[in-house]
Amino acid sequence: MMLSCKEATRLMSMQMDRELSMGERLQLALHLTACAGCRNFRKQIGFLRTVTRKFGDQIDDS
Amino acid sequence: MALTFQDIEQHRNYLLRYAIFQLRDETVAEDVVQDTLLAAVEKLEAFAGQSSVKTWLTGILKHKIIDAQRRMVRDPLLLDARTDEDGDLSDFDSLFDTQGHWGSDAPRSWQSPDQSLSDQQFWKVYEECARRMPKRTAMVFAMREMLGQEIDDICKNLDITATNCSVLLYRARMSLRLCLDKHWFGGSPLEKT
Repeated sequence: MMLSCKEATRLMSMQMDRELSMGERLQLALHLTACAGCRNFRKQIGFLRTVTRKFGDQIDDS
Repeated sequence: MALTFQDIEQHRNYLLRYAIFQLRDETVAEDVVQDTLLAAVEKLEAFAGQSSVKTWLTGILKHKIIDAQRRMVRDPLLLDARTDEDGDLSDFDSLFDTQGHWGSDAPRSWQSPDQSLSDQQFWKVYEECARRMPKRTAMVFAMREMLGQEIDDICKNLDITATNCSVLLYRARMSLRLCLDKHWFGGSPLEKT
């Protein structure tokens, strides 16, 4: 059963906070091979993490 | 050279902005910064100079923020809309078709996102996008992504379930991605609310 994009986005978000099960990882990998939108989504939420961690450094004393 | 009160006081505005981003409550943030500066004054002798004053103060502030977050959970007036925003993800339904696949707004590739990090305007857009999140969502997101707390600790500190926490983080990532996609990578101007 192929994941929908909506389900895939939930799994990609969860994967940033915990280990996915083998089944979840397999389903997600299959979905990502077929879906450019979800591949972009994954890169983008990874970028959000980078940005948020750097945000504190951007705050100046003014 | 010995550290003086002036050396730490000059970072007050930085500490305040950092705390407001985490706590979404200016009054609580002011108190937390005051506590941080007092704790720093009491530990002036302990500052070994192995890190910058700012980094040292940020370390103290993070502990004070976590304490404040625990207190906020126990005060329903401080954490408003506790249930309204927690479980409902229907805000994002319009992104998907009836089968749950992307509609016309499927994520497009962001051009050279890393270059944005050196653009001050990008950080203004980012801060405004983050500020638009509901308070509780923003707090969980900041605890996870800025303070680097594990899910179990966030659940314990905020007295929420792991499922609830996961939903809030999903909501935060979805809304922040959408806002940056539209107002930075898509070029649509962002008005301050």
